Formats: sequence, C-alpha cells, structure tokens
Amino acid sequence: MLITRLKDKEVIESLITTKAFVVNCHGCKEVSFPEEEANELQKELMAAGKLTGIITTDYVCNPDNMKLRLERYAKEIEEADTVLVFSCGIGVQTIAEYMPEKKVCAACDTYPLPGYQGVTPLEHDCDQCGECYLNITGGICPITACSKSLINGQCGGAKEGKCEVDHNMECGWERIYRRLAQVGRLDVLKCPVQVRNFATYKDLSNE
Amino acid sequence: MRITEFFDRGEFVITAEVGPPKGTNIDGLIEEAKEYLSDISAVNVTDNQSSVMRMGSLPVCIALKQAGLNPILQMTCRDRNRMALQSDLLGAAYFGIDNVLSLTGDHTTLGDHPTAKPVFDLDSVSLLYNMVQLENGKDIAGNDLVGEAPKFAKGAVVSPCSDSVDAQIAKMERKIMAGCEFFQTQAVYDSEKFASFMKKIRGMGITTPVQLGIVIPKNAGMCKYMNANVAGISIPDEMIQELAADKEKAKSGETGLAIAARIIRECRPYVQGLHIMAMGWESKVPQLLEMAGLK
Ligand code: SF4
Ligand code: SF4
Repeated sequence: MLITRLKDKEVIESLITTKAFVVNCHGCKEVSFPEEEANELQKELMAAGKLTGIITTDYVCNPDNMKLRLERYAKEIEEADTVLVFSCGIGVQTIAEYMPEKKVCAACDTYPLPGYQGVTPLEHDCDQCGECYLNITGGICPITACSKSLINGQCGGAKEGKCEVDHNMECGWERIYRRLAQVGRLDVLKCPVQVRNFATYKDLSNE
Repeated sequence: MRITEFFDRGEFVITAEVGPPKGTNIDGLIEEAKEYLSDISAVNVTDNQSSVMRMGSLPVCIALKQAGLNPILQMTCRDRNRMALQSDLLGAAYFGIDNVLSLTGDHTTLGDHPTAKPVFDLDSVSLLYNMVQLENGKDIAGNDLVGEAPKFAKGAVVSPCSDSVDAQIAKMERKIMAGCEFFQTQAVYDSEKFASFMKKIRGMGITTPVQLGIVIPKNAGMCKYMNANVAGISIPDEMIQELAADKEKAKSGETGLAIAARIIRECRPYVQGLHIMAMGWESKVPQLLEMAGLK
C-alpha cells in the first residue's frame, strides 16, 4: 500500500515553464491519492492558462493502456513544455520513459503505508521514499536505479556504464545523466545539495 | 595544517596515502610514514578502503599528527550515518585534524563484509555540505554547536579518465557547490586523456586545485587486474608490455617508478599538486619524487 501527497503548490508551479499537460492516475487499489486537492490545484492552474489539457486515468503504470489514452492527446502534449504527472513514482517513471524527449515531472511524493503490496510493473520501481526526486533526475528513480540510492550524482564506481555492485545492471546515474542531456535539462543538476529525509509518513502525520 | 593554505600560497602540493592495518598495531606504519613521508605536504589515511574492515582512519590520523606529520582524514559515507560522521568530525577537530577528504565509499558487497548494512545516509556531496554547516556553528539538523566552530580543508575525489566523464564532471561541480576546496584524482595512466579533462574543466571555469592521482604500477598482472576491475582506470597496453618485458626490473620497482615519473612530468603543467597511492611501496615515494623532478 502506498499513499501520495501533493508537493507544495510553489514547487509544482515552478516545474511548469509556460504550459503543462496533466496526467492524473487514480491508480490501483494500492494507492491512496489526494483527489480533491489535486482537482482544486488543477482548476486553478487551468484558469491561469497554465494547462493545455488534463487526463485522468487509472493504471498509468500499464504502458499499453496509457499509450492508447495519451495518443488521443498528442496535440495538447505537444503544446505543453512539461508533462505533470499526479501519481505514484512508478506512474511518473512509466510516462517519462514513454516520452523520453519530454520534460516529465512528478507532482506528488510517494510514501509507504503498511499493508499488502500490489503487483507493480517490473521495469520500474519506487521505494516510496517520501520525497520524490524524479524532477531532478529526468524521471528515473535514483532510489531504486542506483545501488547506493544516491541523490547527488554518480559515485566513482561505474565501469563501462555498469554499476560497481552489479555488473549486469546499468549505472542508474549514467542513465539519469543521459536522459537529462537528451531533454536538455542538465541544469537541474545545479539544484541545491539534497539530503534524504528518513522520517516516515507516520512520523510526519504525528507532527 | 590545512592544505588549502599551501594551495593558496601557490605551492605544488604533494600528498601520499597510507592504509591502516587489520589489527591493533600501527608502530610500523607510523615509523614508515616518518621516514619516507615527512617531507611532503600531507598524508591521507584511508577509511576501510575497498570496503575491507581495518582500524579506523581517525585514530591513525591522530597518531600521525602526534608523530609530527600532517594527516588528511578520509571519510566515506558507507559505514556511518550523519550523526556518527558529525561526531567524528568534531572529534577530529579536537585533535587538530583539519584536512578531510569526503568520499561516498565503495559498496559493502565489494569488500570482506558483504553481508553488512550499507549506510549511505549522506554521500560525498552532502558530507561536504555538512562540514560547511559545522564550520558555520550548526549541525546538519540546524542545531547550534557549543563553543568554537571547527574549520576544515575540504577535499574530494574525481575520476578524470572515467568512461562516464561528463557525469563525473557534473558531480564535481556539485561537490564544489557544496564546499569542496581541492580534488585528488583517481589514478591516471593516460596523460593525454587527463590533459584534455583538465583543459575541459578549466574551460568550464572550474578553478579548484586538482592533485594528479598516481598509483605506481607494480607489475603487468596488477595492471591487468586494475583494467578489468577498477573503475576509471585504463592502462594502455604498451605500459603493460613495458612492465612485462623485464620481470626483475618490474619487481625492483624500476619500471613502475619510471612509468609513474613519466606520467607526473607529462601531467604536471596541468595540475596544482600530486597525490601518490603507493599501496605498500611508501618507501619508494622519495625516489619517485626525485625521478619526477620534484625534489
Ligand atoms: S524518488 Fe523513487 S522512491 Fe522516491 S517517490 Fe520517486 S519514484 Fe518513489
Ligand atoms: S555505479 Fe552508478 S548505480 Fe552503481 S552505486 Fe554508483 S552511481 Fe549508483
């Protein structure tokens, strides 16, 4: 089970250069999604002329299903500089991989909730770290794609593109660097130093 | 003494590296360091290098300091969380150890305790940032320190001959942003590749001092092993043949020292210092410096 929380409004707004296309995932049974808050925020953004379109679907993480739905919105997506995804980390990663030329951003943070873990696609993984980093990594999860879960860049261990821990695995940070270069977003690597927050959702709700 | 002061004075900064033993006796290590390494600017002490458990870097730094040398505390983020790292930094400052090299660290699975929990709470970048916080009288959680704040010469590493050199440079820039004041490089065997790396970063406006990293090649087998297993190292075939040509000369160190001295001479115009990882050949450091024209 997992729960998603919207990132701060200022953070979400700062992700949009001029116009964004929104993808909402109402998910699977595993996810608890802040539907009302998301609706409200999107209404505001729409009224301010910052959105080219919104689609709401379920199972964004199912690439076939998602592809069919997105194809119908090719024009709206084309017009947007950013695709803002309101889903768990896996949904964002699936969309980022589907449109590698596009700036795809996460509008939510994903936290774990105790309980049964559902079936998620194998190509992408989300550790529900609570502070989604996909916006500084071009939509590739640094927590699961890097063996050390590094969030400030590559360690010195990669050899011929492979991770020092597992020679069958591509270095996650090489993938991230390539993806950022591809979308012309290497400047996000100049963002402030990142420090993980290991407080859990439960700790936060007791604040 | 902070090695940044040597860089500031425009000195060519020479450092070497020693590795603590897997045991409790460091008399030999200290004696060797006193004999062969007391003329250079500072001595790095490795931190559970290659994820192999050994005596800690901090106690060996303290012993070196007491023996009159200038230690550089290597700190990896593999074995300690942010609380332990900070308390060790405060302890280091108390003992007058004011040079720190920040490293992420090899993964635990690469060493002799593969079932241990890898920590990586911080990384090389956030540890540098953390040191700056301490210098500003705060811990990383924002709490005030009591009394005088520590002051460190903050260093890090970069891998100039890595096959993902652009990702390495991006990380280098993040380290500088976080507070890094000097770099020691991974071992260099390809002077041309290294020169183009240096030209590239200087062209980008990176002005932080860089020390050329040197591992004296001992024999052809060691080179082949490093080529296959060590990230960021590619030793040209001709060099391996040079070592294989005369086994006696390789064994005595003659060939390896000649190769290392050559690389140093070729790279010297591009760097502000030299870092020697002698790996047991500490006694040959003075001879190497002489051959490279640095003594
Ligand atoms: S960074 Fe990775 S683990 Fe964290 S929420 Fe995003 S996808 Fe999940
Ligand atoms: S080699 Fe790449 S994936 Fe592996 S730990 Fe280092 S940065 Fe992460």
